[in-house]
Amino acid sequence: MEAFVFYLLATLILGLGIMVITARSAVHSVLFLVLNFLLVAILYVTLSAQFVAVIQVLVYAGGIVVLYLFVVMLVSLKKAPELRSDSRRVARTGLLLAGAVLAELIAIVWYTSANGSAPPAQAASDFPPRLAGDAMLNTERLGWVLYTEYLIPFEVASMLLLVAMIGAIVLAKKNL
Amino acid sequence: MLDTFVIPLLQIAVLVNALLVTVTFLVLMERKVMGWAQARLGPMRVGPYGILQAIVDPIKLILKEDITPANADRFVFTLAPIMSLVPALVVFSVIPFGPEQPYYIADINVGLLFIISVTSIGVYGIILGGWSSNSKYPLLASLRASAQLISYEIAVVMTLVSVVLTAGTLNMIGIVEAQREAGLWFAFVQPVACVLVFIGGLAETNRLPFDLPEAETELTGGFHTEYSGMRFSLFFLAEYANIIVISAIVALMFFGGWMRPFPNVEALAFLDLIPGWVWFCGKIFFFLYLFVWIRATFPRYRYDQLMAIGWKVLIPIAIGNLVLTGIAKVVL
Amino acid sequence: MMTDATEAPRRIGQAFDTDELVLNMGPQHPSTHGVLRVVLRLDGERVVDADCVIGYIHRGVEKLCENRDWTQIVLLTDRMDYVAAATSNLGYVEAVEKLMQVEVPRRARYIRTILAELQRIASHCLWLGTHAMDIGAMTVLLYSFREREHVLDLFEEYCGARLTYNSMRIGGLPLDIPTGWDKRVSAFCDVMETKLDEYEELLTNNRIWVGRTRDIGVISGEEATALGLCGPPLRGSGVSRDVRKDEPNAAYDEFEFDIPLGTRGDTYDRYLIRLEEFKQSIRIIRQAVEGLPEGPVMGKVPRLIKPPAGETYHAVESPKGEIGFFVVSDGRSTNPYRFRVRPPSFCNLQALSRLCKGHLVADVVALIGTIDIVLGEVDR
Repeated sequence: MEAFVFYLLATLILGLGIMVITARSAVHSVLFLVLNFLLVAILYVTLSAQFVAVIQVLVYAGGIVVLYLFVVMLVSLKKAPELRSDSRRVARTGLLLAGAVLAELIAIVWYTSANGSAPPAQAASDFPPRLAGDAMLNTERLGWVLYTEYLIPFEVASMLLLVAMIGAIVLAKKNL
Repeated sequence: MLDTFVIPLLQIAVLVNALLVTVTFLVLMERKVMGWAQARLGPMRVGPYGILQAIVDPIKLILKEDITPANADRFVFTLAPIMSLVPALVVFSVIPFGPEQPYYIADINVGLLFIISVTSIGVYGIILGGWSSNSKYPLLASLRASAQLISYEIAVVMTLVSVVLTAGTLNMIGIVEAQREAGLWFAFVQPVACVLVFIGGLAETNRLPFDLPEAETELTGGFHTEYSGMRFSLFFLAEYANIIVISAIVALMFFGGWMRPFPNVEALAFLDLIPGWVWFCGKIFFFLYLFVWIRATFPRYRYDQLMAIGWKVLIPIAIGNLVLTGIAKVVL
Repeated sequence: MMTDATEAPRRIGQAFDTDELVLNMGPQHPSTHGVLRVVLRLDGERVVDADCVIGYIHRGVEKLCENRDWTQIVLLTDRMDYVAAATSNLGYVEAVEKLMQVEVPRRARYIRTILAELQRIASHCLWLGTHAMDIGAMTVLLYSFREREHVLDLFEEYCGARLTYNSMRIGGLPLDIPTGWDKRVSAFCDVMETKLDEYEELLTNNRIWVGRTRDIGVISGEEATALGLCGPPLRGSGVSRDVRKDEPNAAYDEFEFDIPLGTRGDTYDRYLIRLEEFKQSIRIIRQAVEGLPEGPVMGKVPRLIKPPAGETYHAVESPKGEIGFFVVSDGRSTNPYRFRVRPPSFCNLQALSRLCKGHLVADVVALIGTIDIVLGEVDR
């Protein structure tokens, strides 16, 4: 049952991914992207990662893609970008990138199958006693891990976002 | 089988029907209350005191011609109203009307986040509706809407986080139970948060004084200018369903949901004779009334003022409230 | 959408390659107060340029008047500013009286003053309601229309009509007031005074209202004069010009009243001024009702009105501003040789595109409201 749901979702996700890049209208392709994200969220639910699923919907579907849509709606799409550049060069670059991603995926599969799945970052016994027993508390556990084990990456990521935000403001507002 | 399919389906059927009927009567209530506030009677023709207006209005909307403007993106144009209504209805699956089974459909441990994330999907309906109409006023409105909803969502979510800190859980039932343990409604523990969520709710449901995406006197109806008939009424349903959602969230998180006032005071135990879900619905209706009252009282903000309030007032207050709550949580 | 020259989008061409959006506001739009069309060029929501297109209800009133005899014209003046018919009547009949040098009985002049001031209250009620409605405060509209109904009832009692009164004649008035009418007028004044507080409570200190009107559409006194503004928009900029004081007509010289002036020349000032004008109108009406002299209401005029050859210009203060009538008689026919109106709405409308520039779309709506136009008078 679980495997069936997984393969069904995976097929749909890949199919929608293809729809995203083949859709004629940019707005349609953004819509497929939203649907894609929602299905990925369902995938997380089947893995009992409810928190991640909900955050996936909130951040990606509810936030980021809205901004994509915002941009796509405003940009005049009468001149398709292909018409302005050499299509063969674009195809070559695309193939190169796709090859790189494929190589990366193969490397990951090869690595994990050789070493077994990565060990959990933290054994359950490392959690404070309140969080140790109940597996339903995965939001709390996630919070715990983020603020102990992964504190520095977490802060670095937030710093990066701050820089991006300030950069965007400086770019958009010429005279502050 | 019975527990996994039949009962939830029955619950959903009851809830959706109750919701849609409530929405039609909410429209009537709005017209009536507005009427009384404005020294007039409101609808009086259909049925005694215009009560049947609630039934006639939907029929009228269904029978109206459903127009698609020339050069509109037909697919998106049809999709938009559905995309705005569905999230509004889905949210109710995790809103508990009482602490035990028949009163809620699903009890998930990230209930509050679920509500926030699903409502954030609702903005697509407005944006796409405005864009796909291929008309300038709706386009302007949908731009306003997307900026407004995203900005105010930040403030509302930040504020809700401070409530989550107070309650120690994301589960909706858990939040209400935490209020029982505290012996106080969170409206008294987190008064700032309560006001912020309500104001943010006004903005997220496009109600006055934040109704810029539909501002009929500026944008001639805003994102749904080009909609008519059933598709328009879906937008309409979604807006009012969202108002009920916001009222329900405020009632649950700050006013003790299904609990009577002062749940730990024994002397008031006779109030428990009124069932919990009646208390809850009563609280919801109080906030619905508040929505209408505000609409009858205030003028509309301008777009830049709206954004200034969102970013320069609400978000800093929300962050400050969050920090204070965190400090209080650690110290106490 | 039409594609005339005013409509082609123009490149702004800054760091980003952006276009202006050309937005047609009107002629079918809930806030243009009739069939006004404003072509807005927008950079985002900011107005770069605004062009007024008028003439959608042009009926050629001035030309029509040249083919009617002098008494019939009163009826046509009703139909210019149809929410302030009595002041148009007053301006026209006084212009002809000036041309013919007719003496109007004092009682008639008093009643004319009462009618004109009642009309000002009715017109300002309409302005307040629609202006507030445009900014989103819906309730004020219903409240101010409730009071406007009172005024219309008074007019109905006096002349039988509620909108286009045809309430004056050259040389006086067609009718004396009904018994008890003056009592009801002063009773209305008492009611109106309490209701004014209601409006002020809803708006004057409302943060949103102040935010929406303060510093919106600021215009200096010199610029307002140069643009030929009149009425509250001119006085809002601090220029003391009111025909009732400067060139008293009817019986205004016999009453005490103040001319409220603004300091900043913004929308909020114009709002305050009109609210103060309500109070001043009530003050004038009270004095007129108390001092209402006895006597006839019709002066000595010939049966067939045929003014001597000559021309004259006469202005009165309508609720919108200075409404002037220029009439030329050739002395032979019973029609005016030339008839021309200086309509306050039209002159004030000129300021719109100047006022709008740099503001947001939402402000355009507030600015159309603040200059208080009636398209029937703009287009004639």
